Order: sequence, then structure tokens, then C-alpha cells
Amino acid sequence: MTYLDHAATTPMLPQAVDLMSELLGQVGNASSLHATGRRARRVVEESRETVAAALGARPSEVVFTSGGTESDNLAVKGLFWSRIATDPRRRRVLVSAVEHHAVLDAAMWLTEHEGAELVVLPVDAEGRLAPEALREAIEAAPEEVALVSVMWANNEVGTVQPIAELAAVAAEYGVPMHTDAVQAVGALPVDFAASGVAAMTVTGHKVGGPVGVGALLLGRDVDSVPLLHGGGQERDVRSGTLDVAGVAAFALAVEIAVKETDDRAERLRGLRNELVTRVIEVVPDAQLNGDASLAAGRLPANAHFSFPGCEGDALLMLLDAHGVECSTGSACSAGVARPSHVLLAMGHDEDRAKSSLRFSLGHPSTESDVDALVAAIGPAVTRARSARRTVS
Amino acid sequence: MKVLAAMSGGVDSAVAAARAIDAGHDVTGVHLALSQTPASHREGARGCCSLEDSRDARRAADVLNIAFYVWDVAERFTRDVVDDFVAEYAAGRTPNPCVRCNEKIKFAAVLDRALALGFDAVCTGHYARIVDGRLHRAADISKDQSYVLAVLRPDQLAAAMFPLGESLKSDVRDEAASRGLAVATKPDSHDICFIPSGDTSGWLRDRLGAAPGSVVDETGAVLGSHDGTYGFTVGQRRGLALTTPAPDGKPRYVLSISPVSRTVTVGPAESLAVSQIRCGPPTWCGSPPSLPLGSVLAQVRAHGDAIGCQIELVDGGLVAAVEVGLNGVAAGQTLVVYDGDEVLGSATIDVAA
Repeated sequence: MTYLDHAATTPMLPQAVDLMSELLGQVGNASSLHATGRRARRVVEESRETVAAALGARPSEVVFTSGGTESDNLAVKGLFWSRIATDPRRRRVLVSAVEHHAVLDAAMWLTEHEGAELVVLPVDAEGRLAPEALREAIEAAPEEVALVSVMWANNEVGTVQPIAELAAVAAEYGVPMHTDAVQAVGALPVDFAASGVAAMTVTGHKVGGPVGVGALLLGRDVDSVPLLHGGGQERDVRSGTLDVAGVAAFALAVEIAVKETDDRAERLRGLRNELVTRVIEVVPDAQLNGDASLAAGRLPANAHFSFPGCEGDALLMLLDAHGVECSTGSACSAGVARPSHVLLAMGHDEDRAKSSLRFSLGHPSTESDVDALVAAIGPAVTRARSARRTVS
Repeated sequence: MKVLAAMSGGVDSAVAAARAIDAGHDVTGVHLALSQTPASHREGARGCCSLEDSRDARRAADVLNIAFYVWDVAERFTRDVVDDFVAEYAAGRTPNPCVRCNEKIKFAAVLDRALALGFDAVCTGHYARIVDGRLHRAADISKDQSYVLAVLRPDQLAAAMFPLGESLKSDVRDEAASRGLAVATKPDSHDICFIPSGDTSGWLRDRLGAAPGSVVDETGAVLGSHDGTYGFTVGQRRGLALTTPAPDGKPRYVLSISPVSRTVTVGPAESLAVSQIRCGPPTWCGSPPSLPLGSVLAQVRAHGDAIGCQIELVDGGLVAAVEVGLNGVAAGQTLVVYDGDEVLGSATIDVAA
């Protein structure tokens, strides 16, 4: 099997599996006051310190959650409620046009149910938001801005945003900025404090940790209204008994991923560049989407193409039948491929969006994965093109 | 063979896929997404357009251990089936959307795409048999779906596979249960899948708007009013809302619909019976028979009776002379010609007299 969908999820690191397995056998609620509870709490707090140290945050700024979607929702909705409670004029929610649905749909929900006004920030042809565009949007009515949310790096096309510059613009106006850094951690240097953002989403299963655990890094001076009410765990922002084993494995995975970022990024960038070159050799009219420089402006393990004349889902099926696994980008819950909002926001038409595939590498990827893709892609494209002609 | 199994999320298509696997084929499951904004749950016993049906199909594919994908055919379905359905009603005709779906979607768009992608056949859960390349009624006559498949040409039939044709529905449910398929007890779908409420005239009114007109008898005397001819179909007896009873007190039926004058004409059962049905050009499921041809059977509804008739070709259109008067024949319906249990072909009805 050639797994080229690490941006969807990547295998757990063996060290994380070992640690989690060991802890799963131990009882302990981190909120209990007895010795067993204290032992569990110690694991949680050490994990918090590990995550904080790896990502340039203070331990008190780490709020453990169930993962990326929850962290994004907590940031967008929680910051909105907190900001509008302080000043009812703050209705505007500024998000980039290429956000993950966990941010985009949360913001849309706020507009539909909570009186927010959604401002979608435009991106350029590579999917990048210019700091000037953010400034312009804030300046339209600075006192009405509740929050800004811009992802660190895009999950589909891999474009890296100028987060520090954007955060500096937001900070000038005293507006809190959230960033979804789910794809960035372990792939790029990520430093919460240095970035200047108020909140940052991280998740375990993209960095070799378990699914179902992640964190929202929330600046000490940033208030957020909770989504989940209950026992008051996690700064009262996120109630719920903590998953001690999951939290520990998540923290270990973050620690390792961050420590190995430079080496891994260099290796995967080389492999990815080879993948891009060889795919285009086989399919000369394949179009690379996103940052074309294949340098620091793009996630090192991401390759995203449009194959003119093909439907992405037909290509995916044909590659799947040959053991090559990839992604078409966005799928709704019924599994129906919709044209990616990311590609549309970049100015591409529906045809180009629907003809696209993402190949994402990860820590276990090797040259043989690229070989397998390169062997399968040519015949798949030929066949998908003839199928496309039958339906149009 | 490489077989694409169209899986609706119902019991029939799941068992059909299972049997194709048992027969040694390399089977891939595909759920056809027909709606661009699918409802999240099934409503009653209708349709196969919900996310729940998509999940049921996926679960069945999991149990059968086959690859599974969702194909988005919503645009084609909307254009060729739903829009056609609305336009036909607007023109005072009575379309059969299942026939259109088989003709334009399942055994056209989907089959063509499947063949282009390297599949050899499309397998469905229809109850019908293919014997020596010719379409026949199913063994379970109460479930027979050969009527809605009578639009298939020989080349389409050659790439179609109906593994349930020899089976009884009850046996199919038992088989689904013994195979561990959770859809074994799922209710049958019927009615029109894209009208989940089942209220066809209300659904049409939403799309076509109110278009009030008169209900008249055969002499032209006004008996009542209506707010849209699309709420009626020839042969309909209920829901006429007539204010004046018939002189003889007998029930009255819709005899004809004129959408231009917005007139619905009603009359007694005797006036409903037709002896000649004129249609558009026929589609033959096998090699075209030499016409005229007697001693064949005509069927004008999915579960209607087959009536003895003679068929001939007039100005390129199929004309059927039925031996006994046939009730409720409406323009837009599909006339299917059978020779015994074999389907010879079909044509869309233009007028009946």
C-alpha cells in the first residue's frame, strides 16, 4: 500500500504507542485528590509543560481538547462571545477564504445564529493572504472586529501564511488572532509566543500522536467563553475529564515532531520535489496548485495537482485500485466531492478544482512511495480522461 | 469481470452486489448521489437520496469487504430526471421518473462512465432477468421491475447485471440477514425518491406555482375548480373536489388534461377506456421485431396489467391497438411491449383514443 494521505492522518510514532499503551492500563482521574488522581494529574501537567516547551507557550496557555475541530470551534466561538460580551459592537469575524471548515463553518454558524458578520479575507493565486488585505478589512471598522482567524498552513494546497506579519497587524488594532496550526506543527518551526497570535490550534494525529486529542494554545490574557460546561477543568474553558493516556501520547508526539522538524522537513521536501518533477514528467499538463516555489512558502510534504480533463474522484478510485491512496481535498459527509473552496478562492474555476488531487507525505514515506505513484498516475489519468468525456 | 455495483443503501442492491461477488466478479460499490443537498435522514419508506442511505450503502460495502465510492450524479439527475419531470407535468403529461433515471442516469451516464473507467458491467438490485441477452420479467412477479428497464437498448443490457431476477423478495431479505447486512429489515423504497414528502402535487405546486382552472365534464359544463393541472393524472378518481355529483351518481375520472387552457376534463369510467395508443419512436431491447406484430402484450404502468394488443409503426411512432379497453392511459407514460415474459421494447405515449 502506498499511503500518500498523511495530511489526513499519519501513523502514530512507536514511542507514542508505547507510552499510551502503558498509561491506558493505569487508573486515575486527574481531578481526583487522592494519590492515584495525583499521579494522573502529574502526567497531565508534565504533558502540558512538554507541549508548551515544544511550541513556545507557557504551560498555563495549553488547553487540552479533543482535537483540531474542537480547538477551532472553541477559538472562533469562544473568542467571539468573549469579545462581544465586552463590547457589543464587536460583531465582525474575519477569516481567510481558505480556512478549514472547522473555522469557516463555525464562523458561518455565528453569523446565522449569534448575530456575527462574516468577513472572508481574499487570498492570492497561491492561496496566501496579504497582511495589507487584513489591514484593509480591519480598518473598515476596527472597533467592530471580534477576532481574526487565519490558518498557519493550508491543509489542501500547503500554502504557508505570513502568520507573524498578520498577527502584528491584528495586534496593532488590539484584535485577537487565532491560527489553525494543525498542518504546520512538525512541518515548520512554530513558536506560539513569537508568532504573536492569541490562540492556536494543534492536534495529535497529524504529528504521530493519537486521534481524539489536541490542544488550543490560549494566551494567558485572552478570555474565551467555554463551549463545554461542567467540572471546570482546563482553566474553566474546557470542562471534561482529561484523557491522561491520550494527552501524554499527544505531548510526546509533539515533542518528537518538533525536535525532528528540520531534518524531517528537509528529507520530505526533497522527496516531495522529486514527486512533483516526476508526476509532471508523466503528465506534462498537470498543474501544480499553491506555492510554486516549493520552498519555505509551502508545506514540505504537500503536493497538490490539477489534472486537466479528469475528475478527481475518478482518479482517486483508479489510484486506489492500484494501492495508491490520496485525497481529493474536501468531501462532504455523504462522500460527494464538491469543488474545493480553497481552489475557488485562489481564482481557479470549478473544472480545475474538481480535477485536483492532494498527495501528502509523512514520516514513514520513502522513495518507493513516489515510484508507485509515478507508475500508476499516467494510466489513471488517461483512463479518467476518457471517462470524463463520456459524461460531459 | 470488473463489476460496478450501484448501491442505493437498500437491501436489494446490497444482496445483488453480494451475489456478484459470489459469482467471482471483482466488485466495486458505488452509491449514486442524486441530490445536491441531501436530507440527513430517510423519511418513511421513500427514496434513496439521504445521507443515511449513503451510509447504509457504505456499511453494506464494508460488510462485503469491497471498495466503495460515492459518485455525484446530482447535476445530471436534476437535469434529465427532475427537471424533465416538472416540464412533463407542466405540459399536461404524466412522466415516469424511474424510467427516465434508468434511461438517462443508471444505464447511460453511470454505465458509460463505468465502462470508460475499466469496468465491464453495472450490477443493480432490479428485479428483472436477462436471458440470452434479452430482458424478461422477474421470477417474483409482485416485484417485477422489467417495466422501468424497458428503455434499455441491447448494448446497455449487454453490460447490465440483475442478480436478483430469479429470486423472491422474501428470500432476498433472508439472504441479507444471513449475510449480516443490516439493511435486511430496511423498508422498501417506493414512490418518487426526489419527493420525500410523497406529496407530488404539493411538490409540483411549489415549483410551478398555482395555475387555477376549471374541472369540466365531457360537455364542457364546469363542475369545479383546481389550482393547477399538474395535480391530476389521467384515470385519477380521488381528490377531484367536484361540487356537482354525476347525474347517474357513478364515480368520475380524469379523462384529459389541457395545460394551456388549464382545463381538466372528467367523465365516467366508460369514457376512460382507450383502444388505441399512439406513441413516439420505440426503443427495442433486442433486435427490432418485424411489424405489424400481433399477440403481444401492452403495459402502461409499472404495476399495471398487461393487455393483449397488436403493434405497428406509423410515421416512425409506435401504435398499439389493445384488445380490451384500457383505463387511465396518459400521455407521457411509458408503453412497454411484452411477448409473454420477454420485454420487446418501449415507447413514450403521445395520445390515447
